[in-house]
Amino acid sequence: MGEKILMKGNEAIGEAAIKAGCRHFFGYPITPQNELPEYMARRLPEVGGAMVQAESEIAAINMVYGAAGAGVRVMTSSSSPGISLKQEGISYIAGAELPCVIVNMVRGGPGLGGIQPAQGDYWQATRGGGHGDYRVLVLAPAGIQEMVDVVQDAFDLADKYRNPVMILGDGMMGQMMEPVMFRDEAVTKLPEKDWATTGTRHHPGRRNVINSLYLQPDRLEEHNDHLQRKYAEIEANEVRYEEVDVEGAELVVAAYGTTARIVRSAMEAAKQAGLRVGLIRPITLWPFPVEPFERAAEHAKAFLSVEMSAGQMVEDVRLAVNGKKSVHFYGRTGGMVPTPEAVLAKFKEILGGEA
Amino acid sequence: MAKVFERPKALADVVTHYCPGCTHGIIHRLVAEAIDDLGILDRTIGVAPVGCAVLAYNYFECDMQEAAHGRAPAVCTGIKRVRPEAIVFSYQGDGDLASIGAGEIVHAAARGENITVIFVNNGIYGMTGGQMAPTTLVGHKTTTSPYGRDPKLQGYPVRIAEMLATLDGPAYIERVAVYTPQLVMKAKQAIKRAFANQVEGKGFSLIEVLSTCPTNWGMAPVDALKRVANEMVPYYPLGVYKDIDAKGEDK
Repeated sequence: MGEKILMKGNEAIGEAAIKAGCRHFFGYPITPQNELPEYMARRLPEVGGAMVQAESEIAAINMVYGAAGAGVRVMTSSSSPGISLKQEGISYIAGAELPCVIVNMVRGGPGLGGIQPAQGDYWQATRGGGHGDYRVLVLAPAGIQEMVDVVQDAFDLADKYRNPVMILGDGMMGQMMEPVMFRDEAVTKLPEKDWATTGTRHHPGRRNVINSLYLQPDRLEEHNDHLQRKYAEIEANEVRYEEVDVEGAELVVAAYGTTARIVRSAMEAAKQAGLRVGLIRPITLWPFPVEPFERAAEHAKAFLSVEMSAGQMVEDVRLAVNGKKSVHFYGRTGGMVPTPEAVLAKFKEILGGEA
Repeated sequence: MAKVFERPKALADVVTHYCPGCTHGIIHRLVAEAIDDLGILDRTIGVAPVGCAVLAYNYFECDMQEAAHGRAPAVCTGIKRVRPEAIVFSYQGDGDLASIGAGEIVHAAARGENITVIFVNNGIYGMTGGQMAPTTLVGHKTTTSPYGRDPKLQGYPVRIAEMLATLDGPAYIERVAVYTPQLVMKAKQAIKRAFANQVEGKGFSLIEVLSTCPTNWGMAPVDALKRVANEMVPYYPLGVYKDIDAKGEDK
């Protein structure tokens, strides 16, 4: 502990999950996240756990359902097309209120798309993704160290709220190597899983049932109201973001994950050119950090969302800015990564003669 | 006075939603008796399907999980892998197991998951109102095969027990029926063994139980039982299809 080691993003997630107490992983091969299930297949038997390669993404997420329902920390991972397949299970997991961590190393879409980095799954991740009114907490790290740190956070949040948590990376985050340090985290006091199906010998006198079926409309509405109250609590307490040079900025940029790092490079160049550009980097994509945008809207002239998509997070930025200032967009798709030069050019275009 | 017959402890004292004459009730009872006989109720975790048995989680006195349509074998896998000491079973119909969940059952069997599967085959989608199932016999009329199942249009019924028996993973596969008292007793022995195998760590066991659907078959219960004997059994012969203990065969 305390030692810095060089690790690939996908493998760092695996080790962080083990450190967070996860002993079971269910997955299915898909590029660009294969190093994670491979790492788990190698490492989990060493710590008394198991990786099961499922026959499909659908089976994998349903194995997660069973394992989470049985009260253990459990993880699955995939990339965009595979995450689409998991949506059925994610909806059930949210409905039955089971804690689990799902990793999506996003690749270009739609359809089979490509295998290069993208951020086109933002809507799917932040709007639930499957059927019904539900939310998934979404954490978007912008580096391998942060990826390690959010894994512990993800498991704690999942257990605290009995809700699926998604770690949204991209092909770049998964494949990139950076030095990381595994910290001995202070153990958060979490509620006991007295609802889990562990066999009645572990909870005599009470039968536990994991379920999302409510045939009576009034009972189902009651269940939905309960979920909505929980989501409101998450929105109030669990927003995470980073602000860089926002104070006094004329242009405030929103970017997450890999894109935020490119924006940081463009901001360095902008500073040299005398432009006042700030960054709000959401770490939780849901709950979305509305408050820093509201604050920035008081002084900034304009906002810009930079994404590896055709414009998805920009809608949340517009909702947060709420018409007070103009909101611009710059994005690349298909696995094309924005260059700092192109992002800088966009800064200049927006600030125009004012700079 | 000695009690000679009572409700199994594993069966909840509630009214079920099953239609009159349907044999789900008998099969539920047999599962509950097997659990009682083996003394495993407090470590059993059941998985209910989507279909007529969707509310099975209300009928067994053990911990239960309700799975998505067809996914019960995957859910069982998840539970068993993290709680190996638990006795895990799924209770699934033919639409659930043989159609939408065909992938999950094949691979749980191929992996030899140490679980018990109760597969209730009545050749129709009962809960949704009598549509054609993958197990619907040729010529049988359903709401989605209103002119009778025609192999040219709808293919042939799937024989799950035979199909899964070709795999090396399963320990025990048997097809039983419950249309006579003798067959009910035989089905009980098969179901009990399927649970006992799991207790002994022998691996994947599946019991296919031929069942009735008087409501959607449009038949009186007694006639429905006769149909099982006269039409289903010839296509779905009863018997043991896989048994690793039978011929000293190693798994």
